Amino acid sequence: MTLVLFLQQVLNGLLDGVYYLLIALGLSLIFSLGGIVNLAHGAFYAIGAYLTLVMSPYVGFGGSLILSPVAVALLGVVIERLLFRRFYRSDPILSLLLTFGLAMVAEQALRMIFGAPPLSYSIPQALRGQIFLGDFVYSYYRTVLLLIAIGCVAALWVLLHRTAFGRVVRAGVQNPDMVGALGISLEPYMAAVAALGIGLAGLAGVLLAPIYAVHPAMGAEIITPAFVVVVIGGLGSFWGVVLAALLVGLVKGMMAAVGYSAGSTAAIYLLMLLVLLFRPRGLLGERITRFE
Amino acid sequence: MDTRVPLSRRGLLKSAGGVAVLAGIGAPAIVRAQSEAIRIGHLTPRTGFLGPLGEYGVMAIDLAVEELNAAGGINGRKIELLKEDSVNPQTASTKAERMIERDKVACIIGEISSASCLTIAQVAQRNKTLYVNTGGNSDALRGADCKKFMFHVESQNSMYVKSVGRSFLSAGLVKGKSWYSLTADYAFGHDLLKVAKRFMEGNGGKFSGDELVPTDATDFSAYLLKIRSAKPDLVVLNLAGNQITNFLKQYAEFGLTFPVGGFGFDTALAWAAGKGNFVGTWPVVWHHLLDTPGTKSFVGAFTKKYGKPPENQAWGDYIAMKIVAQSMNELKTPDSVKLIEHWEKGAKFDLLKTRPGYFRASDHQLMHEMYAVTALPADQVKNQWDIFTSTGPVPGPNEDLEVIASTKDEAACTFA
Repeated sequence: MTLVLFLQQVLNGLLDGVYYLLIALGLSLIFSLGGIVNLAHGAFYAIGAYLTLVMSPYVGFGGSLILSPVAVALLGVVIERLLFRRFYRSDPILSLLLTFGLAMVAEQALRMIFGAPPLSYSIPQALRGQIFLGDFVYSYYRTVLLLIAIGCVAALWVLLHRTAFGRVVRAGVQNPDMVGALGISLEPYMAAVAALGIGLAGLAGVLLAPIYAVHPAMGAEIITPAFVVVVIGGLGSFWGVVLAALLVGLVKGMMAAVGYSAGSTAAIYLLMLLVLLFRPRGLLGERITRFE
Repeated sequence: MDTRVPLSRRGLLKSAGGVAVLAGIGAPAIVRAQSEAIRIGHLTPRTGFLGPLGEYGVMAIDLAVEELNAAGGINGRKIELLKEDSVNPQTASTKAERMIERDKVACIIGEISSASCLTIAQVAQRNKTLYVNTGGNSDALRGADCKKFMFHVESQNSMYVKSVGRSFLSAGLVKGKSWYSLTADYAFGHDLLKVAKRFMEGNGGKFSGDELVPTDATDFSAYLLKIRSAKPDLVVLNLAGNQITNFLKQYAEFGLTFPVGGFGFDTALAWAAGKGNFVGTWPVVWHHLLDTPGTKSFVGAFTKKYGKPPENQAWGDYIAMKIVAQSMNELKTPDSVKLIEHWEKGAKFDLLKTRPGYFRASDHQLMHEMYAVTALPADQVKNQWDIFTSTGPVPGPNEDLEVIASTKDEAACTFA
């Protein structure tokens, strides 16, 4: 393998991780604040992709890039208000069952509405093509995708770490009872966090619809690696999730690059095992009393 | 704070009672239907990476049963179809067992995964019940793993490789050329890679790279970068299910222009890749553009019922059900052993193609015509379905149907 190809594979692996990041960040947020293990998160990603297919003939890809995540986020708020809120204080196993059921209902609903075969959707004409730098090549669309994803992650960081909203959310993660005692109701924050996290999953669906097969089970495909990312990164840590996503992407990409692609899925579980052996709370996981 | 409500003993008893009542309501219907209808079991993956194809199989067998029942059923008895998602080899085996032992099906039809075909066939063999495979390709199922009670409507990998191989040979893409292959990492892919390598070596070409791809892989960028630097003469895909759609979309995205071909293919995956993304030359057992009266009427009926044309997997399940019903009617019995005798004697069937086909007695493989389809350039595509051109039937009109099938040396079946 030449050096250029090697560097290209490293970079490609890191970029691959960014797709997981969009899913994993929401997953981590919703779990950290509400204690809900959202197995339906992948379903929202699938719904985001399908909405893009439905909307883009009318509003274009650009329009669905905004409208589809917003619609998915609204759906998230409805689910949060009607279902999630009943489980914040109960055993996580109950919310696990709830969201597992939700994921199945959503997948089957997509199958009933759109059929099981994958639907066709392509990269919009304006975003096709490749970027060449000598021997180096990359897809133009993926570069755009990456910029959007990085923009969202940066915006989320600012929101969580530099605003009053973020301070309440982070306090709520650490000690919800104390936040309550200070006279702040976490309820609207819970709804906002669900909207944000689920909206991000919807956004990932829009962004990946042009390059991945759009089919009802696409959510189930992405949810497992996204969970691995959350576990490796550690709960409550923004940068832990970012680091873990890049690491998972890199490990998967490198396995394929060096010719052990058959083991690429196994490799990320091995990585998770190793991280948990040496750092049971994940790479940068914080100590959160109520989860200990 | 813990507000869990533990399930009380009383609550538990109530739910158990409810379940018992429901089970009681369900049971009489089964008992009643048993004496009249003839039951056929249908097992195919309806979820997972082969689910999209399984859905076509389900739609097609429903249509076949509807047509057969409208024409009087089998020996005057209505056909009752029991359909289940086979999920994976273990579940497929459990469900086959239940269909045979509890539901007393006359035979089982279906499947796409070669791994599940094998577990169903083992159950069928043990219970002396016919199983017709409609979608599992692996040569091993017709060779080392062949079973007296298993027949194959789906073509074996050798037939796929040899029929599309002719197109590659005539395009000068084999002798002295290098291929780069991606292979689905399960029974089907491994078997196909073996057959493909045998073909390539026998015809003076070589592989410059071959990769095993996990069945749940969605991102192919790492492979695309490797293919780009390997500069092969042909990119060969031994992939399955959604893998093919994902690959084609991303191949176009990365702007690679090496010729593409595949040994395993399903039209639905090309439709999903869409105009401009779908490239290459691929083998199929059947496609909706065949110019025969049988195909025209099947495509017409299917499109009328479901609003879209059938793809090759639909043909498999449709034709299998028709063959089974035709033979049961001719023999005036649903008995598996009688059916097997009849088929082994070389009974001929209309397959909606130009020539009738028959099951080869030595390995129970259906001998029939195949086709190689080539993607149309984007500017020649008129609608979302008719996105390829097809060769004539392979083998040609003057050739023996068996020339594309595996030889005794390549896959030996002893029914042991």
